[in-house]
Parts: sequence; C-alpha cells; structure tokens
Amino acid sequence: MSEIHNYTMNFGPQHPAAHGVLRLVMEMDGEVVERIDPHIGLLHRATEKLAESKPYNHNIGYMDRLDYVSMMCNEHAYVMAIEKLLGVTVPKRARYIRVLFDEITRILNHLMWIGAHALDIGAMSVFLYAFREREDLMDCYEAASGARMHATYYRPGGVYRDLPDSMPQYESSRWHGEGDTRERNQDRSGSLLDFIWAFSERFPGCVDDYETLLTDNRIWKQRTVGIGVVEPSRALKLGFTGPMLRGSGVEWDLRKKQPYEVYDQMDFDIPVGTEGDCYDRYLVRVEEMRQSNRIVRQCVKWLQANAGPVIVENYKVVPPRREAMKQDMESLIHHFKLFTEGYAVPAGEVYAAVEAPKGEFGVYLISDNANKPYRLKIRAPGFAHLAALNEMARGHMLADVVAIIGSQDIVFGEVDR
Amino acid sequence: MGSTQHLISRLSTVGSGVNISVTEAHGEVSAEVECSQLHRCLQLLHDQPDLCFEQLIDLCGVDYLDYGKDDARANAGGTSPRFAVVYHLLSVSHNHRLRVVVRLEEESLTVDSVIDIWPVADWFEREAFDLFGIIFIGHPDLRRLLTDYGFVGHPFRKDFPLSGHVEMRYDEEKGRVVYEPVSIEPRVTVPRVIRERGSGERNS
Repeated sequence: MSEIHNYTMNFGPQHPAAHGVLRLVMEMDGEVVERIDPHIGLLHRATEKLAESKPYNHNIGYMDRLDYVSMMCNEHAYVMAIEKLLGVTVPKRARYIRVLFDEITRILNHLMWIGAHALDIGAMSVFLYAFREREDLMDCYEAASGARMHATYYRPGGVYRDLPDSMPQYESSRWHGEGDTRERNQDRSGSLLDFIWAFSERFPGCVDDYETLLTDNRIWKQRTVGIGVVEPSRALKLGFTGPMLRGSGVEWDLRKKQPYEVYDQMDFDIPVGTEGDCYDRYLVRVEEMRQSNRIVRQCVKWLQANAGPVIVENYKVVPPRREAMKQDMESLIHHFKLFTEGYAVPAGEVYAAVEAPKGEFGVYLISDNANKPYRLKIRAPGFAHLAALNEMARGHMLADVVAIIGSQDIVFGEVDR
Repeated sequence: MGSTQHLISRLSTVGSGVNISVTEAHGEVSAEVECSQLHRCLQLLHDQPDLCFEQLIDLCGVDYLDYGKDDARANAGGTSPRFAVVYHLLSVSHNHRLRVVVRLEEESLTVDSVIDIWPVADWFEREAFDLFGIIFIGHPDLRRLLTDYGFVGHPFRKDFPLSGHVEMRYDEEKGRVVYEPVSIEPRVTVPRVIRERGSGERNS
C-alpha cells in the first residue's frame, strides 16, 4: 500500500490564533502534529541595531514596542541596565512607582492573555470582561505618562514625572446622562492613586468572575488539562522563565530571588504549578493577577504616605527643571547638552533583568563610553518559549497547538524584536 | 543573589586544563574562555554540582569592529579579535549568574554549538548565525531565523548599513514583489560622541 500519510500544512502568518505574525510549517500525520517549524522574523525591526544609532534616552520608546502588552516592564530592564553602568541611585519614591507600574503592567498583560487565550479555544465572553478592566489600567497609564500604551515613562534615574493629583473625568453625552456620568466619575474624583486603590478593591472580584467562567468549565479543562506538558528539568533546559517555568513546578521568580527596586519589601507569594500543562500555567497566571493586586495595594499605601523626588538630581543624566533654565546659565547648558548629545555612559558591560509578565526580560548592554549603546541585546522570554513549541506540540492534535501557543503567551514584538 | 566572591572561588575549581579568566564588574561575574575549550568549559559549568548552571538565559554575538570609534575620529578604535559570542548562564539552584565570553577572529568564525548541553541554544545560535554570520559547529539545523527568506548578508555586523542594501515594493506590472537598491540616504541626527575621560566636568 503506497498511501501517503504525512503532509505539510501551513499555519499563519495571518491566522487569528497565531497571536500576530507567526508562521508555522507543520508536518501532520492526519490530525496529529509530527513536527513544527516556526518561521519567525516577520515582525523583525532590528530594534537592537536601531538602538546602536541613537542616544540612550531615545531608545526607551523602542522598548515599549517590544513586548507591546507589557510596555513598562521592558523599559524597566533597559533603564536598569543604564543605571547600573552609570552608577545612579534611584530615589525611593521612583522605585515604588516603578514597582506599582510593573505590577499594573503584569495585570494588563495577563488580562490580555486570558482574553486572547480563552478566545482561541472557544470562550468568547472572557475577552470582553478582561478588556473592561484593561481599560481602567490603560487610563492609569495615560494619567501617569500621557500615553495609553507606549508610555516611555521610565528614565535612567527615576521616572519622567510624579503621579498626577487628578484623574480625567467623563463628560455626559447623548448616550450617558448626568446621573450615569456622575456614577462613572465616582472613582475618578480623587488622585490617580485613589483611582488605582478603587480598582484594586474591585479587581479580586473580577478575577473571580473570570475563574467562574473558566476554572471549572468542562470544555476549558478538556482543552487544557494534560496539553503541552513540560517536566521541570526539561523546562530549565529549554530556557523557560516566568509563568512557563513556574507552571512546571519550579519556584523561581526574580522578584523574590534576585529582588530589584523595592520588591524585597513587598509581601506576596509565588504561585507554582504541579503538572506543567496548559491548565497549570493558566492557574499560575490567574493567581499572579491576585498577587500583583496585593503588591499594587502595598505600593499605593506607601506612595500616599510618602512624598519625595521621583528622579535623581544629577544634571549630567537628567534634564534640569524648566524653571531653573530660565534663570540659571548652567541649567541651560546642561539642558542643551542633554538634548543635542545625550549623556555618555561609562565603558563596560552589564546585564539587567526584570521579571516581566512573560518571564525574564533581560537587557545586555555594552558601552564604549559613547552617548549611544555600542551593543544592546534584548533577551526576550517569548523567544525561548516559542523555540520549544516544536517539542511541546509534538504528538498533539492540531487544535492543541493553538492551546499551547495561547498558554505560552507569545507576543511577536519581543520574539522578533 | 549569592555573593559573587563565592562564585569566583568556585570557578577557580573548574576542571583542570580549562583556562578561564574571571573578572567582576557591577556585581556581575564574567569569564573569558578560549574558543577551543569553550564547549568543555560550559559542559563543566553545567555539570559541576557546586556551579550547576541549569539555564542558558541568553546567547548573543557581538561585533567589536567600531568599538571606541565615534563620528569625529572614524579611524580610531576597534579591538581585535573582531567578534565575540556571549553566553549568559543562570543557576536556579544556587541563584547565581555568570557571563561567559569567547572572542573569535574574523577569519575563523566558528565555535562549538552548545545545543547538546542546553537545547534552548537552538534558536539563539541560529539568530547569532543570521545576524553575525557566526558558524556553530554541531548545530543540526543552522538556518537563518529572523531575516527575510533569501536575505543576503549579516545585518548586525557593524559594517552593514543601518538602512540595509535593498528595499522591497509591490510591482504593479510584474504582479509581484520586487527588490531594488535602497533609495533612502543614511542620515545621522545625533552624532556618536566619545568624550575624553573627565572633559566637561567641573574639577577636571
């Protein structure tokens, strides 16, 4: 019998479950996946090369566009690398603001993930609920930085500006009357911190809602339990970090093990899975949202009680205040120098890593004492995760590939860079 | 994170016959290894119980062609050997990190693959091959990863122009995508500047 069993199938790059521009060339035996060859690079913008041609501060905006659903965490790794080389100490309030926004970013990312992942395997409504909460967090981004997504808020030496004292208000319209608008503006009457506090009050209830829809859902469990199982030792060898590693049962979190900023003063737990399948990774991320909410509340409390500077007053790195420039010649010179040339970073090489929502996001920076990076290497967690897709999906059905991609939480901005 | 001194003292016990020079800066430990000993050294770093680097966090190529050069003095700078491959290792059980650097001459841009020690090296090595043209001996499938199908050159080398060599557009008459030499002029808005140490500071 000379029947041909295996055939090659193309998946993507314009497939909604491909989370962007992933192209998979799959060798199939009927419905079963024999081998997957992911073709990446369709979103390759050579960020690292572009960064070599720009002064340090110009590149912060590029970092937002790497993993474009966890923007501020990427910035964080980049500015931490520069700070390490410069030897700058960040003021305490700035460190709390960074932790606050790192955790808001984590919730943002996980909300995006839970919505898209559920949508991929057939649960429509979670997406809508998740985006309702995402909208509030986007408003926090906007209030602090002026942009909803690509914030460019962190700076070497601190953050760009202090948190605002007021939130923008809704205005009544044809669709929202006076009473309705008053209700919608209730949380927005105070400062940004009050708004975040109100959010953190109701958010655990929202997570309960998502869990009601998914955790014990029979279809959800059938699609995720026992799918894409990775042993702990194998997960380490495959370079997994973040929820992918913790889902396999390895208790590893940079926020606990190699704490940066003020994470050592935060009270939170690391959720760990046992089976290493898609369902465990789901549970880990859901619990992470709750833990992030705890950290957010601790940060808000501290920030409400403690005022202070949010960026260092080292005018070789940070521009002086606008008012000072009007009077003071030296401030004017500093400002001119910083905006025409930037600052020189002492020669050397450093690696700075943060626990981004997807895993370890690292920046390896080589400086040769110039005003631009000599080499910038971005270590994106999704890159290592996607590389393991072939191994994770082998022997599974075609539909499970989608579940595995979803549970890896792939974003092409960072995979392709 | 464990103290770096502890790690440095352990590194001195790495098997005989392997020469590694260890340096510490910014609280990070770097080790430079000769190319011929790289694979054996990394295997030892992975296997030795008191080092136990289970994870290869990152692997990347570096081109030192323009190191120390700025736009005003284009002839200065550059270091030899021209290339380097940098490995970032992480030990989850001991909670320490190590950077391993291997320098490579332009004429012999080959280094042993570590895919047998850490499978994650697969894509990292493909990426370094794609962007720098470094050949990893023993890699089973060393194809381009990030660049376009049929791409020519290694774009992250310092002598590769930022805007590339070709641009792409859809040709209405031919009914397909065509490649043409780039039409954009390279433009530098902020020049690359290296100041002498201490210049511009108050008490210099």
